[in-house]
This record gives sequence, structure tokens and C-alpha cells, in this order.
Amino acid sequence: MSENPQSDIFTIGVGGAAGDGVKKAGIKIGAFLQSLGYQVYISFDYPSLIRGGHNFARISFSKNKIWNDHAKLDILIVSNEGSVEIHRGELKEGVKIISDIPLPKISEDPKVIFEGTNLAAFAESFGEPKGELIDGNTAFARGLQAAGLDFYLAYPMTPSTSILHYLASKQTKEGLKVIQPENEIAAINMALGMVYAGKRVAVGSATGGFALMQEAFSFTGMAELPLVVAVSQRQAPATGAPTHSSQSDLRFAIHSGHGEFPRIVITPGDPEESFKAGADAMNLAWKFQVPVIVLLDKILSEHMMTSAINTDSVLVEKNENMIFPGTPDKVVKVTSYEHDENGITTEKAEDIKRAVERRFAKLENIKSEMQNRETAKIYGDPTSENVVVFWGSTKAPVLEAAKYFNKPIKLVQIIWLEPFDAERVKRELEGNPAFAESYGGRRKIICVEGNRGGQLASLIREKTGIEITEKILKYDSQPFDPEVLAEEINKKVM
Amino acid sequence: MNLELSTKSKITWCPGCPNSQILVSFRKAITELVNEDKLKIENLAAFAGIGCHGKISDYLNVNSFTSLHGRMIPAMTGAKCANPTLTIVGFSGDGDSYDEGLEHLIHAAKRNSDVNLFIHNNQIFALTTGQFDAVSPKGFKGKSTPFGSIEEPFNPLLLMLSAGATFVARSYAGEIEGTKRIMQAAIAHKGFSYVDIIQPCITFFDTRDHFKEKVYWLGEDFPTNDFKKAMEKVQENDNGKVPLGIFYKIDKPTFEEELYK
Repeated sequence: MSENPQSDIFTIGVGGAAGDGVKKAGIKIGAFLQSLGYQVYISFDYPSLIRGGHNFARISFSKNKIWNDHAKLDILIVSNEGSVEIHRGELKEGVKIISDIPLPKISEDPKVIFEGTNLAAFAESFGEPKGELIDGNTAFARGLQAAGLDFYLAYPMTPSTSILHYLASKQTKEGLKVIQPENEIAAINMALGMVYAGKRVAVGSATGGFALMQEAFSFTGMAELPLVVAVSQRQAPATGAPTHSSQSDLRFAIHSGHGEFPRIVITPGDPEESFKAGADAMNLAWKFQVPVIVLLDKILSEHMMTSAINTDSVLVEKNENMIFPGTPDKVVKVTSYEHDENGITTEKAEDIKRAVERRFAKLENIKSEMQNRETAKIYGDPTSENVVVFWGSTKAPVLEAAKYFNKPIKLVQIIWLEPFDAERVKRELEGNPAFAESYGGRRKIICVEGNRGGQLASLIREKTGIEITEKILKYDSQPFDPEVLAEEINKKVM
Repeated sequence: MNLELSTKSKITWCPGCPNSQILVSFRKAITELVNEDKLKIENLAAFAGIGCHGKISDYLNVNSFTSLHGRMIPAMTGAKCANPTLTIVGFSGDGDSYDEGLEHLIHAAKRNSDVNLFIHNNQIFALTTGQFDAVSPKGFKGKSTPFGSIEEPFNPLLLMLSAGATFVARSYAGEIEGTKRIMQAAIAHKGFSYVDIIQPCITFFDTRDHFKEKVYWLGEDFPTNDFKKAMEKVQENDNGKVPLGIFYKIDKPTFEEELYK
């Protein structure tokens, strides 16, 4: 690690078959390190099966803020020999291998320091977790709770399932309720019935399950019902690689539902932002009576990171204008048909035009509200002529890669995808006019995304007119490795 | 008390459509329940699906929720979970609940959600101008099956019994008083109440003459707590006779009770 500018970053890998306790061991080790005062990031890589296969937890830790795990391993802990073979290319010089079974093929190797301990028992020896080592799904769910969630509904689908599991475990007799209906279509339609009756409700799924919810998502827009939808992306199309990641659904999320209606799409980049997104989404949905999507992905949903989450900072914002069934002398009508102010079906052209304009009047209010929100975040050197722009979980490898940049670079994270804060994004990407002259023709804007099409880059061009020609796109379902990413970016801004 | 249950909306069902008879039955049922202090009108929420039947929510001056096609039943359960003091009734059609949303029908019966479902069963897709559906007789000639449908229908009452519905009944739209009584019994029942209402489509599949001759009411002595007898009765095929009334009614904990236990 001597040539490494960040020599205080260490990485431990835990490998074994599904069912060996790899994830549990990874969390225990991470929690222990955190209790010693380290910043921790844990990634989990596993195939879609219950027993066997190869599961891997990668724990990177440092005394300084750590945004992402690193590929190169200082320590490898395994419960089978195959795990050593799979990760051979990632072993640093002087790596230590710890195994709970004999490793005949490599036992002569001086790297092997310890044999014969059980992985789960090894993990137990680290004691109880301390501090907040949290994944994006749990943080998001806690954000919903902080903003007064009454009901959560979901049909299980990786990588959204842990939201369902977490909230199900938090149910109380009179408070939060969690329902797992027959399918995603039932989940969202049941949710709309709950909202109609006055409850604060969220549904969640992977993008495939959200695809099944499209008609009801559109109904949410037509009926102006507040609803939060958690959508966690995974490798697609179709069933794809269920336990692996992608950022290929940006366009799908912002254009979801047939017809034209306002919606909000927020995409957090780490667990702290996921918590905030969950809370903001619920309050925004109720304030504007629109559906709000929180767009996550496998990496953000499941990877864990040392985080500071402040539950007290969240208010439950109500909507005093809404009335619900059970109110004396009031008739409350909701319908999927185009309707007049009394909720009665209409096919008159002037009524229809008025209804569309009434719904879209809210978009202007949302855009005003957006000015008070963190629609984008800036890191790195804000005066740099070179800019890296990204969204969602790609924040983690980009910020970690920044530790290895050869030159100062401005980093722009897009958080609000819809409505899109075009003015702000344009301003941030075009840079400070005071420096414009000195930039000359050298300046580079680089978009980093986990998809094939450069969907954020295309959205930026659509909304701001800025064409981003430099793209780093990854669509092999695997996370970016920060050091590899740093190399690619360094080459582009030479 | 004189309830104002009509809206300004103009009724657009075909003149003479038995849907109007179902609307009359329901208004009578509700008016009586409110006058007898058995129901507060603000606590009633009427759900509707999409199809000719679904227009009914526009004609009722009560809380209403007109869902997507086939998706009314989960919305009803959602509203009941959210506010168990509401009385939830839902109007659906055979296309809506026996075709598009069949899975929700089965699951609502299975979980014994405390909602009341009235199916306007005209045995075809009517609003889309006459195609066969899940309960059309084999050989039905419609615009999508000009040579006759090649599929057998299923028996929805049999399906509901096997799915676990705790109240299974059938009525005939022309029997306004009988339909009213069954609606009231359904609302009084705690649990999933399912009522199939035969509603001939006078434009695309006019079965009025057929059913007028064939329907008859179950006797007072028909045991409504005997699952085996109910299974037999809903499959009765005695010269095409069609029994009306409550086939089955038992008490079981409801989904919403279990949810808040």
C-alpha cells in the first residue's frame, strides 16, 4: 500500500457459500471496527439462490470518511477454498487469509495465518454492534417512519425486500401496519384505498414490480392521491440478474405511468440521504397530493455504511385541505375517470382541459418548493474547470475515487430527477463565469452512470442543452471500483 | 329522514338496463339502514370498478371510489384496513372481477376482508360492445368470437366458496326487493360478503326471458351454515333452474380484526 495516497484504508473480504453466515460475519466485523472508531463501508455480493454459490462481503474501513469499498484485500476470511480462488486477483502483497476449514491447496502458502475456526463463531467473538452501520433500505424505511408512515405494502422482490422486512418488524398494535398482498398490483391499489381513507402510505418494489404498478401509479396522478413509491433498481431488462445492480431505470422512473401528470422523483446516494428521501417523500406527497418516487438501487439498498441519522430533524407535515370518508355532511369522491370538481365523470372538452391544468398548476408549486431543497449537491473543488456529474449510488465510488484524483475536480450529484432543477444544474455544470476564460477549451464534463445509455447525460441535455460527450458507463451489473474509476477519470482530465 | 342519494349526473345506461334496478335496490337498502340508525351515511363508501356497472358511483351521492378496471377489491380492503369504522360496499362486473381482477377476488375471500361485493353479472363485456368473458356460455357469438367462444365458463359462486368467502349469495336484478334484502344481509355480515347479481345486458346478451323463467328463491329452511350443501346448491343444474338467496354464511375472524389484534 506504500504507493497508495490513502494508506489508511484497509479492506477485509469474507467469502463462503450461501448459508455460511457471510453477511452476518461481514456486519459483525464492520460493526466491531466501527465501535473502534473507524468509518466503515460494506458491500454484499451474492447470487440468487438459498444454499451454496458464492457469497462475499467486502469491508473497507478507515479513520477518515469512507464512501465505498475497495477491491484490493488486506485480509481474506473464507469458509471454503473456492473463495480464495475467486478472489486471488484481489489479494494485496502481504495479505492474510483466515479460514475455518483446512485449505490443502494453499496451506503451504505463508499467507494463511489461521485455520480451523468456524465463521459464525469467529464473528461472534467481535461482540455486539455499536454505532450506526446502516444500509440504504433500512435508512429509507426509517425516514418513512419519521414522517408518520401508517401503512407499508409490498410484494417481496430483491433488492427492495429488506424495506418490507424491516418495517414488518416495527409494527405495533395501534401504529404502523405492514401488509404483503397477492401481488404488486394489489399492493398499490390497496395503498390507494388506504390513502383515500386518510392514511400515510408507501409501497415498494424493484423496478420490475413497479412496472406492474404502472396503471395504478397513473391513477394516483389522476386522483391526486399522496403516495410514496420506493423503487430499487437491479440489473434488467426482465428478471435480469436479480441480486446485482444497475442504474438503467432513470428514464423509466421519471416517465412512469401513462398520461401526463406531475410527480416527484428523488434519488438519494447514500444511507443518510436515503433516510432524508424517505421522510421528504412522504411530506412532499402529502403537501402536493402527488406520487413521489424514491429511486434506489441494489448497491444503495443493501450496502452498509457508517452513517449519522438524525430522526429528530423530521417533521410530520399534514395536509389540512384533504377530507376523508367519515366526515359528516361531506361526500368524498375519488375516480380514475377524468372528473369535474365534484368528482363526477366528465367527457366535456372544457372540463378536461381545466382538470389537466388544475393538476399541472401543482407542478409550478413543486418547482417553487424545489428551490428550497437540495436538488443537487456539490463536492470536490467547486472552482475546478473539470466536472464529474452522477446520481444515486454512484455517489459512493465517485467520492471515494476523488481521494485518488490527480487534479482537483468539481463533483456534482443530481438528487432531484423530476422535476429537474435545470437552472441549477446548468449553472453548476457551466462553472463559474469568472473562471470561464482561464478554462479555455480544456474543460471536461464527465458523466458517470451504471447504465448503457447514459440516461442522466441525456436528461441533462434535454433539460439544459448541455451535451456531455465524456461518459463512464458501467453495465456489467457490478459496482464501480473507486481506484479503477479514479484512473479512468484521471485519464480524461489529464 | 329523506336521504338525497341522487347526483346531478345523467344516467347513461341503456334505457331499460337492469343496472338501474340494482341502483334502486341499493338506494332502498341504504335509506332503510340509515333510517333504522344502522348506518351513518358519512361512514358509507361505495367502490366501483370499470364497466357499465361502474357508472353507478356517479349516480350515488355518497362517498365513492371508482377504481381502475379489475382493481377495486384491493382498494376496498385498503380503505377498510385504514378505517375499520367505514362500511365498504363495492360494485363490480363479471369482466371486472371474474376476468381482469380475478386474483384479487380470490384473495379477498381468502383473507375474509370485511367488505361487501356486489357483482353485476351480465355474462359479457358490455361497455366494450359485446365480447365473451369468463362466465359467457361456450359458443357465445360476440364480435371477438364470431364463430362462437371455444371456452367453458367457470362457476363464480363455487370458486368463492372454495376460496373461503364467508357470505355467498346470488340475486337477480329484476328482483328489486330481494336484491335489497340480500344487500342489507351482506352489509350486516362481518367478513367478506359476495353477492352475484344476474343483470341481463339488454343490448348485447338479452337473457331476461330466460332468467325470468328459471330463477327461484331458496326456501327459508335452506341451511346457510352447511358448506357441503352450499357447494351442491351452487352447482345445481335442474332443468337450468337458477337458485337465488344466501347459500352460505358463517362467522370467521376478519382480516381487519386480525390486523389490529
